[in-house]
Amino acid sequence: MAKLKKVAVDRRNFLKSAAAGAAVLAANPGTVAAQQAELRRNDPLTMSPKVETGISSNVEVLTADRTGSDFMVDVIKSLGFEYVCANPGSSFRGLQESIINYGGNKNPEFLTCCHEESAVAMAHGYAKVEGKPLLVLAHGTVGVQHASMGIYDAYCDRVPVYIILGNIIDETKRMPGVEWTHSVQDAAAMVRDFTKWDDLPISLEHFAESTVRAYKIAMTPPTLPVVIVADGELQENPIPADAKFHIPKLVRAVPPVGDTGAVAEAARLLVAAENPVILADRAARTPAGLAHLIELAEALQASVVDLGGRMNFPTRHPLNQTERNRALVAAADVILGLEVGDFYGATHSYRDQMSGRTFHSITRPDAKLISIYANDLYIKSNYQDFERYTEVDLPIAADAEATLPSLTEAVKHLINDDRKRAFQARGAKLAAAHQKALEEARDAAAFAWDASPISTARLSAELWAQIRDLDWSLVSETSFVSRWPQRLWSFDKHYQFIGGAGGYGEGYGAPAAVGAALANRKYGRLSVNIQKDGDLMYAPGVLWTAAHHKIPLLSVMHNNRAYHQEVMHVEIMAARHSRGISNCNIGTSITAPNIDYASLARSMGVHGEGPISDPKDLGPAIRRALDVVKQGEPALIDVVTQPR
Amino acid sequence: MNILHPKRSRTGVALRRGLAASCWCAFLLAVTVLVFARRAAPAQQSSPTPGMDNASSGNAENGKKIFVSDGCYECHGREGQGSTATGGTRIGPPQIPLEGFVSYVRQPALRMPPYTTKAMPDKDLADIYAFLKTIPLPPQGKDIPLLNK
Ligand code: HEC
Repeated sequence: MAKLKKVAVDRRNFLKSAAAGAAVLAANPGTVAAQQAELRRNDPLTMSPKVETGISSNVEVLTADRTGSDFMVDVIKSLGFEYVCANPGSSFRGLQESIINYGGNKNPEFLTCCHEESAVAMAHGYAKVEGKPLLVLAHGTVGVQHASMGIYDAYCDRVPVYIILGNIIDETKRMPGVEWTHSVQDAAAMVRDFTKWDDLPISLEHFAESTVRAYKIAMTPPTLPVVIVADGELQENPIPADAKFHIPKLVRAVPPVGDTGAVAEAARLLVAAENPVILADRAARTPAGLAHLIELAEALQASVVDLGGRMNFPTRHPLNQTERNRALVAAADVILGLEVGDFYGATHSYRDQMSGRTFHSITRPDAKLISIYANDLYIKSNYQDFERYTEVDLPIAADAEATLPSLTEAVKHLINDDRKRAFQARGAKLAAAHQKALEEARDAAAFAWDASPISTARLSAELWAQIRDLDWSLVSETSFVSRWPQRLWSFDKHYQFIGGAGGYGEGYGAPAAVGAALANRKYGRLSVNIQKDGDLMYAPGVLWTAAHHKIPLLSVMHNNRAYHQEVMHVEIMAARHSRGISNCNIGTSITAPNIDYASLARSMGVHGEGPISDPKDLGPAIRRALDVVKQGEPALIDVVTQPR
Repeated sequence: MNILHPKRSRTGVALRRGLAASCWCAFLLAVTVLVFARRAAPAQQSSPTPGMDNASSGNAENGKKIFVSDGCYECHGREGQGSTATGGTRIGPPQIPLEGFVSYVRQPALRMPPYTTKAMPDKDLADIYAFLKTIPLPPQGKDIPLLNK
């Protein structure tokens, strides 16, 4: 029978031997002592009060004043994380307890999530509003497997999400059973293809350095997710009360700015152009990016097409020509792409027919393409989010937001009186075209105005009427509602739109909205989410998280009762095969029974109303829900809608 | 029965449509916009000729059903209002004569899936067309207060 060594003071040694003892005991589970020892490890409630208080020096030492995880919290605090999102998991129990007790559950504050994918998507939405990451904790095995889809979305969307995974790397320290299934050799491996950097620190100093390094890496454009693995032993082993470990200072790398010569050439092309078009996708990383883009566009009086990866350009700015996107690209002599994820798609048409999937350039043969794209500095092989290779005439590998000021300066330098006059004339034409596009959008919105199910245009207009005088932030993507918000609303602040999932992974929407609303909360902004039904059903538990943590958020369902994108795809196949064109709801619709989202919301403590299918009922329902949200609580209105 | 909005001619609608070139994922070529504008030309030039566009022979009631059951609503909306997200043109009320309507559905030029007579007989298409003709033109955007905020 193995006997636990009794040590008086050296807790660290004690823990080592106790763990070794436990491992031996596990091999002889029949003995009473083994069972008792196991009970002690498994269940804190069986610990004797005497031992817990550590009064006697003659008994085994079962407590510690300070452990590695306390120091980890010091490191985490040094990075300024406001929140930690997690579904609780034993592989980071040390860290969790240190965050809430040693760290006082403040900066970071622990937010309870019902799914790791939701935790990551919350971090994703939060980062796009706040401009910095929050922390996600997850098991290195079952947790990261759940989290992986969220991480992939953040990767595709170039968003810094910071994940710490728990794991027990030393197999002799694992308890039998679940701790083995929850342990892994290389926890970050399964997400390494879509994270920027990861590390498995093996000492506390190493943890401090890697954790600070990871933050710097995540925040350097292209901003991307990072992973640190916090070993269980490192978290739970005691450290001397007076131990001093160095926490490196966070230094932030200056974002990569475009080469001066290349920027000058870009300016020359833009100033000389008759029909320049600026395509902006994930261009405005921060509010500064939005301001810089306005300055460049106004200097040139050039068309701006906002591809919607971020809030890049005010929707009611006369130079905003987003509605004329393809026609403008076709007519342009110079096209400047700012962080455009799919430049090929933006400059080509395609056709998906039986006769072939064909592509055609829609640009003029003499058009010059310029790109400023941080992805040219960082690319991985396996996942194909880099899109098709584009023959860009002047590809500048740099961060667009950081490069814009020097580009604008170079442009201003080159503008002479002749060009100024030409630009003014162009600007006047563009302003007229902008106004016309707005009127056309309103005319188009009038179609199906009174339809039931409710049109996505009507939904957007009803919503706008209620929020336009408030300080609002739309925390959901709009491509699934035909971009009506951008076409009808006036967006002019960076936080008013945050783009989409990035990887088109459903299940991002609801938690990203909650995460963005969390960031908006401290500024007193009203967060508005147009919530897709299929997306919500991935992990509806995030509604509870919003209620539990009092995160104010108005969710208005775009409930078309289907995975509608797939309905269309199956329809395309059926039509192609001339058969069963009325069967395309099989496997794609979310009906029979219809889901009662209002009840779902109410079951989790969220104000819920609906289903609403008469457009006349929508405005009053939004007003009632807004009253709730203004009190600091989430609310959801189920609206049965047209497909897109 | 075709209830056209008194204030708007078909010409106006067709022109408006030709200009609505933007769509999020439809990848319409500028060239294609021209093709479409031409396609719509007959409707612009001649006022609706009941004989040529024999929608009256279609059963609008049945058309409304199959517009949904056979998938047209998926890309065009339940009232044929169209969507920039799907690229589906606004077809309610239709802006081209029945002939052009049928020929487009049989042999689409771009991304729309082709519907053969086997998948959708001419009779069904005539019914759909008749249904789409029952959809009234709405007021103009400027006349809807909620759209002018
Ligand atoms: C999967 C999406 C999809 C479905 C389903 C679909 N369409 Fe279309 N339709 C489109 C798109 C996109 C266009 C625009 C042109 C193109 O890309 O082919 C279009 C264009 C049209 C046009 C040409 C309009 C004009 O004024 O030039 C007609 C007519 C039409 N559709 C009728 C129908 C009918 C009738 C059905 C059902 C039998 C149908 N569509 C089903 C996507 C679809």
